[in-house]
Amino acid sequence: MMEIREIIGSFIVLTGSFFLFTASIGLIRMPDFFNRIQAGTKASTLGSLLILAGVAVLNPVWWPKLLIIFIFIVITNLVSSHCIGRAGYHSNCEKGKLNRDDLKNLKINKGE
Amino acid sequence: MVEIIIYIALSLTLLALIISVVRFAIGPKTINRIVSLDVIGFIAISLIVMIAHFASRVIYLDVALVYGLLSFLGVIVVARFIERGL
Repeated sequence: MMEIREIIGSFIVLTGSFFLFTASIGLIRMPDFFNRIQAGTKASTLGSLLILAGVAVLNPVWWPKLLIIFIFIVITNLVSSHCIGRAGYHSNCEKGKLNRDDLKNLKINKGE
Repeated sequence: MVEIIIYIALSLTLLALIISVVRFAIGPKTINRIVSLDVIGFIAISLIVMIAHFASRVIYLDVALVYGLLSFLGVIVVARFIERGL
């Protein structure tokens, strides 16, 4: 019984590390900034959450602290990727590569 | 068997960290380096949690939480600085 639980947990950890590996591969293979942020943030979120879940299966006594880190990652990764995307759009160094710019006609207050 | 699977997972995560550091080194502008820094932060959190499992110490999870907090703060500050200056 204990052996089966440990095998399941280790396979969940292996899946999470595979997703982290694909995140870094996408980070180095993608040609553009917006592709890079999409590949990097989504796959790294899934990989981190799977590794936390796998360690929680391996050591069931640790689940409160792992749940705190889980909720923390779910909240902060979205906020940080949104901030990076805004900074990349407003910093004018990647705007020339866009085919279609939906935010061009909007009045965006940069000072607020 | 369990130990071997977790060693393979640890080596894959270390390889991901090395590839992200390569992108951090060759990134054309600061904005690509920030994306790489974000990914490095989350890979480091996962690595610290796996090391806590290896060492069987629950206190390392606090280290992972504080590391995540500081990494998030650093990413937010640098992104805001690029967007509109100090």
